[in-house]
Amino acid sequence: MSFNFQVDLKKGFSFNAASKLSTEVLYDLLIIGGGPAGLNAALYAKRRGLSVGILTKRKGGLLLDTSMVDNYLGIKAISGEDMAEEFLQHLGTLEVPIRDEAEVVEYASEDGKHLLKLSSKETYKAKTILISTGSNPRHLSVKGEDTYAGRGVAYCAICDAPLFKGKDVFIAGGGNSAVESALDLAKVANSVTLVHRSQLRADSVLTKQLYSDPKIRVYLETQILEIIGDEAMTGIHVLDKKTSEEFDLHAHGIFIEIGHIPNLGPFKDLLTLNDKGEILVDEKNRTSISGVFAAGDVTQIPYKQIIIAASDGAKAALAANEYLNQLQVLPSPTLQLK
Amino acid sequence: MQMFNEELQGQLKEVFNDLKNEVTIALFTKEGECYSCEETLGYMQEVSELSDKLTLKVYDIEKDVDKAKEYNIEMVPSIVLLNAMGEYQGVKFNGIPAGHEINSFIPALLEVSGHESDFPKDLEERIKKIDKPVNIKVFVTLSCPHCPGAVQKAHKMALMNKFIDAEMIEAETFGELSNKFNVSGVPKIVINEKYELVGNQPIEEFLNQIEAI
Repeated sequence: MSFNFQVDLKKGFSFNAASKLSTEVLYDLLIIGGGPAGLNAALYAKRRGLSVGILTKRKGGLLLDTSMVDNYLGIKAISGEDMAEEFLQHLGTLEVPIRDEAEVVEYASEDGKHLLKLSSKETYKAKTILISTGSNPRHLSVKGEDTYAGRGVAYCAICDAPLFKGKDVFIAGGGNSAVESALDLAKVANSVTLVHRSQLRADSVLTKQLYSDPKIRVYLETQILEIIGDEAMTGIHVLDKKTSEEFDLHAHGIFIEIGHIPNLGPFKDLLTLNDKGEILVDEKNRTSISGVFAAGDVTQIPYKQIIIAASDGAKAALAANEYLNQLQVLPSPTLQLK
Repeated sequence: MQMFNEELQGQLKEVFNDLKNEVTIALFTKEGECYSCEETLGYMQEVSELSDKLTLKVYDIEKDVDKAKEYNIEMVPSIVLLNAMGEYQGVKFNGIPAGHEINSFIPALLEVSGHESDFPKDLEERIKKIDKPVNIKVFVTLSCPHCPGAVQKAHKMALMNKFIDAEMIEAETFGELSNKFNVSGVPKIVINEKYELVGNQPIEEFLNQIEAI
């Protein structure tokens, strides 16, 4: 038996005042969200000489829930956590202040300044802000899902896989993350059953592995109607869409991997969104509010990928820099409104 | 068996410069079959050697019955942290705090040593007002990146109020207990063996639940 240590020195142990965000400072750019988009934006903004800080619920964002990354150019294979650690270390060398476990709950603008209030009541201010809050796992929205959350229903395969050692589990979904979770779970579980309402849309490299794993069964064109159980979940009630037959399947747990919904927080009713609830941005990551930028998975940019989110963050930081340069020449439109 | 490499030793030594007062790590193990007891002992020995302010005391749950009772030790391996006065303030780890949980264990050492961290005043007041016994169990796995956050919050609350007792429980090590509380997703927070929260919740949610009891 061997144990290793995933030390995150910056996260838990930092008592260093120099790396702290200040409510007194008017930042050039405040970034909400510490995933690939936000971290890369901070890197680019800092290198442009902007005063920049990050407010995030979780340093590393969804990267932390990703088991393996093997499609980021130049890095052949790395765990999501290690990749987040690399990103954070890179930023650490530039001394960008990051406030972790911070949730922005209110937004206001005042004299061209953007004010961000946290759930813990502090307010930070900046000349521009970037929303890179990413997304959260989408729910199936079927009966029983909430009842059995944490009693069989799970959303984080790397967190919860060890709890299903030798048990039977379902995976709901047909994209890359669903197939990856199925493959991960098959390493510990007794059996894995992937259930998806249409056809698989995962990369062919992954689907090949899926079909060659003897522990995994696949049900396509099968819709989950209900999660059933007593104290804990015991199975699912499904509809075979080809035959219109309804039946029950049994297992101890279900991992829901059916995509994500954008984290809009206080911006939900303030910004222009598309019909998926994603923030609409133009080619320079500008939103419908002047001085408010958005990047990564929270926007309408298609194909949610780490490398796409990261590059989008870089672009947004450069756009914010450009905006700030123009502010110095022209009076800001927000100021005129006042 | 060496648990820490040189790099990690160096990092931890530096972190331990911030230890304010002395902390005693009281580890309970037992003879015979005990999943991860040996590794936890090695881990704690190595940690305690990295700072003069850290002392390790090893007890046996079956032989040191009084001590085990004093700290409510019900399973092994179990670790409680005692402050400079030798007082138990409700900071407990059941199972080896390795993997991601080193990120809740090290901050707990610092906080028990008297290191104060920023905390919103209104929440502090709400925590201090609690006047009935509260036990918080935080079920974790070692591969869960956002579990240490939940453990840290529970321990922080324990340090602020003597009625609160907070324990990390490694779900794989204590499978029976995890089954009893239907743990199939972590972190799972169980308050007074009855009220459940799933996921790494903000302290407000802990408080809402506790205040509703």
